[in-house]
Amino acid sequence: MWLQIAIFIVLLILPFIVPTFYVYVLALIFITALLAMSLNLVLGYGGMFQFHHGVFYGMGAYTAALMLTKTSLPAWIGFVAGPIVAAVLGLVMGWLCVRLTRIYYGMLQLSLGSLVWAIVFRWYDFTGGDDGIHGIPMPSILSSLNSSYYFALIISVICLIVLYLIVKSPFGSTLQAIRDNSGRCAAVGVNVKRHQLIALVIATFFAGVAGILFVVLEHSVFPDLLFWTLSLEVLIMCLLGGWFTFMGPALGAAMVVLLRTFIGIYTEYWTLILGAMLILLIFFLPEGVMGYLLNRLKPPVTEVGQRGSK
Amino acid sequence: MDFLPDIGLATLGFQFSVGLSRAMILFIVTAGLSLILGVLKVPNVAHGSFYMIGAFMAFTVATFFGGAIGFWLALILAPLGVALVSLIVERGLLCRLYDREHLMLLLFTFALMLIFGDLVKLTWGTEYKSVAAPGIFSGSLPVFGLPFPRYNLFLLIIGALVGVGLWFLVNKTKMGKISRAAVVDREMVSAVGINVSRVLATVFVIGGWLAGLGGALIAPTVSVALGMDHTILIEAFLIVTIGGLGNMWGALLGSLIFGVTHCFGVLLWPQFAIVFPYAAVVVVLIIRPTGLLRPTAW
Repeated sequence: MWLQIAIFIVLLILPFIVPTFYVYVLALIFITALLAMSLNLVLGYGGMFQFHHGVFYGMGAYTAALMLTKTSLPAWIGFVAGPIVAAVLGLVMGWLCVRLTRIYYGMLQLSLGSLVWAIVFRWYDFTGGDDGIHGIPMPSILSSLNSSYYFALIISVICLIVLYLIVKSPFGSTLQAIRDNSGRCAAVGVNVKRHQLIALVIATFFAGVAGILFVVLEHSVFPDLLFWTLSLEVLIMCLLGGWFTFMGPALGAAMVVLLRTFIGIYTEYWTLILGAMLILLIFFLPEGVMGYLLNRLKPPVTEVGQRGSK
Repeated sequence: MDFLPDIGLATLGFQFSVGLSRAMILFIVTAGLSLILGVLKVPNVAHGSFYMIGAFMAFTVATFFGGAIGFWLALILAPLGVALVSLIVERGLLCRLYDREHLMLLLFTFALMLIFGDLVKLTWGTEYKSVAAPGIFSGSLPVFGLPFPRYNLFLLIIGALVGVGLWFLVNKTKMGKISRAAVVDREMVSAVGINVSRVLATVFVIGGWLAGLGGALIAPTVSVALGMDHTILIEAFLIVTIGGLGNMWGALLGSLIFGVTHCFGVLLWPQFAIVFPYAAVVVVLIIRPTGLLRPTAW
């Protein structure tokens, strides 16, 4: 607990000591980590095959972007509308998808999400089409990089705390029980589908929050945010960092963003390096990076026999 | 808003031929994915990369030899090149991962897609490439009084040949029989003394060859460019799902639905043409989530 607070204080003072580029990268990590953690609520804790989580991220971002550019409403309404729209989309898509299990849930979600992408991609007049929307105006308190950094940091931390509380609550425990044995849960009276739908709405809400944070940082949106490759990338972040721990996906997100940024400085072929590292990881660290670290760091377990003989 | 523009019969015929021929290429590529998904149980995200590599290899062969002979050689050599790549991938890496969970295989093929994407960029650069179809394919033939581009007719023939060939392979050859058994119970197949690993490798290579063939076939009709792998992959996966995972006829049915709805889209609302097939997929999956035809065990 004190470690987390110490890290938080360090992150607070970082913009004053590190160059602006690192501030930008860190803000991007916060946003991506929040997105990955929101996915993990349904993926790791819920056991649902969430193949197109990025749609909700993109919808949150586009909602904020459209409200900030097309309406003269105050910015904060756009920021609040983003996650709400994402959650509503999550409710609608979820209602169609949670009837199904495993891969069929994922495939229907993938098709619905692709439909959303196709519409946004082609609706040039409204959404900017394949160009996206650029130069989105921000209120003056948020327009600088440092202020968007702090905004992203504070909002992400709040969301992470809320997610943690949800995971540790009875709701979270039931969700994990559903993941492990949904038949048994149904047998003891749990409404499995309703539970999964609620978890999905929560997860998509936080994905929408990550979306509006993206808009605050980048001042633009692109249809790529809604494309299947980003969704798969976020899924990979969760697998990479370890989907069975709370902070694992955040670690995975940080790794991918850092790799992309710093390898990208040296070569334009950073995707090749990322792919190669993923393959190395698959062969040598099947538990994900977090799993490997946990195995190494936890104290060795004494055998029962040894304990008895002492 | 370009809704319902004037549709002449000639335009209708032309678009329908485009839709059908596009469906044929989708079928060839998707059949390969369906094979790999059904027999190997691998969600091959790199399938789009095989397709793209096939298209780029076709460009290289066609430009190297030039003229009509270049095109025909490309059609033969490019899929073989992709088959070789898939053989190396399977024997080198994939065969060691068969006992892992599906998400790990997904991660692996995703990593492959990243690697191949950059390798293609390294080898061929970022500019668009184009391949010219041989002269005999220019112009159209009248079919039922409507002009049908010759190349699209050619694609229809190739698609039919591939379909027949695959049906023969799966149903009439020993390898096909073993593959079908491996779908149901892979352990049992090796328990009765059959070298399952060799069969799996062959199926993966055939799947790769099919993707490469699809890429080589589409090369004359589109700009060969980076990003082809991403667009074809989501289409192929959705088609495989609406057809029934692992079902070859399902791949054909799904491809026809996709191709024909797309051409209707072009006729009715050109700006949102691609929305039509995606909407059709959504409708099918809501009504029949496991696909229209029977999927293999997954």
